Amino acid sequence: MFDVFGISSQALFGQLLIGLINGSFYALLSLGLAVIFGMLNIINFAHGAQYMVGAFTAYFLLQYAGLGYWWALALAPLIVGLIGIAIEQLFLQWLYKLDHLYGLLLTFGLALILEGVFRNYFGSSGLPYSVPPSLQGGQNLGFMFLPNYRAWVVVFSLVVCFTTWFVIERTRLGAYLRAGTENPTLVRAFGINVPRMITLTYGFGVALAALAGVMAAPIYNVSPQMGANLIIVVFAVVVIGVMGSIMGAIVTGFGLGIIEGLTKVFFPEASNTVIFVIMAIVLLIRPAGLFGRTA
Amino acid sequence: MKRLISLTALAVALGCGSVSAQYTDGVIKIGVMNDMSGTYADLSGQGSVVAARMAVEDFGAARKGMKVEIIGADHQNKPDVGSNVVRTWLDVDKVDVVVDVPTSSVALAVSEIVRTKNKVFLVSGAAASDLTGAKCTPNTIHWTYDTWALANGTGQAIVKTGGDTWFFLTADYAFGHALERDTAAVVEKNGGKVLGRVRHPFPGTDFSSFLLQAQASKAKIIGLANAGSDTINSIKQASEFGITRGGQNLAALLAFITDVHALGLQTAQGLIMTESWYWDLNDANREFTKRFAPQYKGIHPTMIHAGVYSAVLHYLKAVEALKSDADGAAVVAKMKEMPTDDRLFGQGTVRADGRKIHPMYLFEVKKPSESKAAWDYYKVRATIPANEAFRPLAEGGCPLVKS
Repeated sequence: MFDVFGISSQALFGQLLIGLINGSFYALLSLGLAVIFGMLNIINFAHGAQYMVGAFTAYFLLQYAGLGYWWALALAPLIVGLIGIAIEQLFLQWLYKLDHLYGLLLTFGLALILEGVFRNYFGSSGLPYSVPPSLQGGQNLGFMFLPNYRAWVVVFSLVVCFTTWFVIERTRLGAYLRAGTENPTLVRAFGINVPRMITLTYGFGVALAALAGVMAAPIYNVSPQMGANLIIVVFAVVVIGVMGSIMGAIVTGFGLGIIEGLTKVFFPEASNTVIFVIMAIVLLIRPAGLFGRTA
Repeated sequence: MKRLISLTALAVALGCGSVSAQYTDGVIKIGVMNDMSGTYADLSGQGSVVAARMAVEDFGAARKGMKVEIIGADHQNKPDVGSNVVRTWLDVDKVDVVVDVPTSSVALAVSEIVRTKNKVFLVSGAAASDLTGAKCTPNTIHWTYDTWALANGTGQAIVKTGGDTWFFLTADYAFGHALERDTAAVVEKNGGKVLGRVRHPFPGTDFSSFLLQAQASKAKIIGLANAGSDTINSIKQASEFGITRGGQNLAALLAFITDVHALGLQTAQGLIMTESWYWDLNDANREFTKRFAPQYKGIHPTMIHAGVYSAVLHYLKAVEALKSDADGAAVVAKMKEMPTDDRLFGQGTVRADGRKIHPMYLFEVKKPSESKAAWDYYKVRATIPANEAFRPLAEGGCPLVKS
């Protein structure tokens, strides 16, 4: 085995893989944010809280209904997505015509309320949730031990990310969506119910957050602040990619996960800041984001 | 995204006029500051306010005509936020004693402010042994535990049973550094060797990268010099990556019963930890827990909560004896002069450097099959007598002990 800057290639491959795993969470979450911003022009600050609610829903399903991980993977996004639709109908739909700031403030407030309520009832230490029996154990890859569950996380989030990208960028439904945000009046003239489409899009974005939450439950502790810890990083990812770009969110999510992973080897103390340093540099050089097209 | 400072004011005992006039502005005001919303909120948080209130009740302040008031605040684990709260408390709100303050970086900052304003600081939550070492002050008492005691308990026990090579996973702030330093000293003193260390940002979420580095070091023991949800996540992910199956063992250098509760016994079983108090140790503790838990969402008290109770009780005794709470250094001197005695920690003393002295316990987390009821988590492996539990007075380097 060869060495890179004093780190054996063995350790390096392991860290790259772990970066990829963390990156899949960034990608999944920033994808939801990008979909919501791209289609609704709402900066969804409640995304972290909705991710947390997704993880808690998985816990509730197991605890009170006896439904395991696989059920949670299907049901939690549905339940939390419906809550998202209710939020859109009650609050957000009145804000589309106003400045971005109002949507941001509203969702930020919602996030604080959600986190506060969960902390009040469940405390801050969190609740246990274990890896489903069929994904326990792991593979020895030679350079590292890869838990089966983590491998599943990478593969599954890649599939979800690519499917979402395909639906929005390559299908007729996606074309309606994009046209609806570009010129709602014209699209309505063709007999398409734009407000309902937008409501469903928000519900879908929130469901993506909940899905990420279910996937995170066996790895991280199910705790009220799990979303708050992640959301700021995810926002940086979205800004680096470019607000609203689907592919940008996916590629930057995985890419930054890897960069963060490498930082944890070479200079661990900076691993929390490296993403923001990159964000500052990107904004200085390409203010529209890495994948942005400057007009 | 944490909320702004939340102040919870609780008027506890209403006294009658003339007697209380000897205290500054007629009232003894206790400020409980800790993490009320983040990673340390269960192990300190509102529970410490509850414990302080119970101490005031048990002291019988109302009966004695002393007017005591308790307020609480969230420092969000940030030294700047904590410093601002304490400055406002001491200057504007006339707080006489600051209690608890987990997160050593905040506690060290607060200790300095309390000294310059000549008030009293009773530390229960923070761990850094520097508080009674080089950074000791005549206004601070370190009550419940410290990094030296943890290292001495857990570190020594593990090295003596064959765990002689160590790798540290350290929270990158004052507490983690102190715990790593004190444990490394114990390991080396007992013939062990430290193979490496990695410092993770606080608070962290994903520890797998650091755990892989620990694994690559081939050390027999991975010492977790962190706390709260950092420890919970480290342990959870270590089990996921099969680190313990690979022959390496984890040492949770600071873990609380709330952490064990969050992990579940399945994952936590067999962990060895050092603490100064456990709810199921004797009848007095069980009785305290029976009163405490219903007031705190059923969460059982940690040693930090018990420490707050014991410290506030002793403070009130000293103030009663002095008949004044005006001069912080004088109150602390009185607290050092009087032996401590309460139902939770028994008899003890406060040393010249501000270190409260009592026994420590080495606990082992039970197997799921051994646990008979909810929160039945620990069995005692060893009792470390009071005279061996804490760093010898002369070794701390506290300027107050020059004689």
